[in-house]
Amino acid sequence: MFVPGNNPGMMQDAFIYGPDSIMLDLEDSVTMAEKDTARLLVHNALKTIDYGNTEMVVRINPLNTPYGKKDIEAVVKAGVHVIRMPKTETADEVREVEAEIERVEKEIGCLGRTQIMAAIESTLGVINAYDIAVASKRMMGIALGAEDYSANLKTQRSPEGIELLLARQTIVVAARAAGIDALDTVYSNLNDMETFRKEVELIKQLGFDGKSIINPRQIEVVNEVFAPKEKDIQKALTILAAIKEAEERGSGVIAVNGKMVDRPVVIRAQRTIDLAIASGIINKEDI
Amino acid sequence: MEIKNAAAGTLESGDILIQIAPATQAGLHIDLDSTVAYQFGAQIKKVITETLTGLGMDNADVKATDKGALDCTIRARVTAAFVRATGKDVWAD
Repeated sequence: MFVPGNNPGMMQDAFIYGPDSIMLDLEDSVTMAEKDTARLLVHNALKTIDYGNTEMVVRINPLNTPYGKKDIEAVVKAGVHVIRMPKTETADEVREVEAEIERVEKEIGCLGRTQIMAAIESTLGVINAYDIAVASKRMMGIALGAEDYSANLKTQRSPEGIELLLARQTIVVAARAAGIDALDTVYSNLNDMETFRKEVELIKQLGFDGKSIINPRQIEVVNEVFAPKEKDIQKALTILAAIKEAEERGSGVIAVNGKMVDRPVVIRAQRTIDLAIASGIINKEDI
Repeated sequence: MEIKNAAAGTLESGDILIQIAPATQAGLHIDLDSTVAYQFGAQIKKVITETLTGLGMDNADVKATDKGALDCTIRARVTAAFVRATGKDVWAD
């Protein structure tokens, strides 16, 4: 969930709504005149507020601005989990951010702590999606930024999102090939929850791991769409139990309810359980 | 320490506006206006004082208008106002 980095009230309350990840923004939601104060706010919030198990992300300004390097220094020193790069177009940009992160981590003695997520928001970025996804061992995900991308395409966003289809599929394929997460863009019309739900259903079907949101009201819809159904959870638990039993017996191939269970089936079953845990339907301890 | 008039923060809920000016008398003088002054006034002044003395500022007039800011927000706003008042780089250490 995006939270403006210059709004302390929102920064302290965001955790209450239970998003999987909070992304404090130092880029587009902060004016030039307030870049310095927002950086200090985000630094102090990360150091002080207990966000529990919530993944903490900060969207920094690009390195080709006067703010990017200072942003990295401030948030790495505060222990951020993930740095989100805006408007990423090439693998070299990822490596530049990585080098800057390493410099700060070496200084404070925590080498390797900070991960990177790259937002792809241009046609060049989409073309280079796989190179970006594998540019660093720190890469944990790539995300689509659809507003800038649509402008770059010389079109505008439609309710159906047909103009984003190639970018979305390219990003999912690149992320899967690289073994990292694929995250979809925001939907900013809070008064049209029906179109929002359709968009979440579409991106789940395309293979995305999650969706960026701009308001707590959108959390419930994303969780509902991504949460596996009870029937699927039971089936997945049966498959994983059968696999565990087969492994203990030393048997390679198994069947559940008369159907052969091979590797893709097991991977899907594990993903169903992971989603069920993430959605709060089952507890890890209960498995 | 040479300082000029500077401010940081807003009057939105959960925030605090800090205004720093050159000292009119020796020491730190904090004029606090807060909706929660009765309960937290002493704590807010303590955080402002600790932050400024930690940055090496012992003489200044500070006007603080609080709208229920957490300590971490107070520290951030005081530090930002200090940087704007002195031009010093707080990330250098």
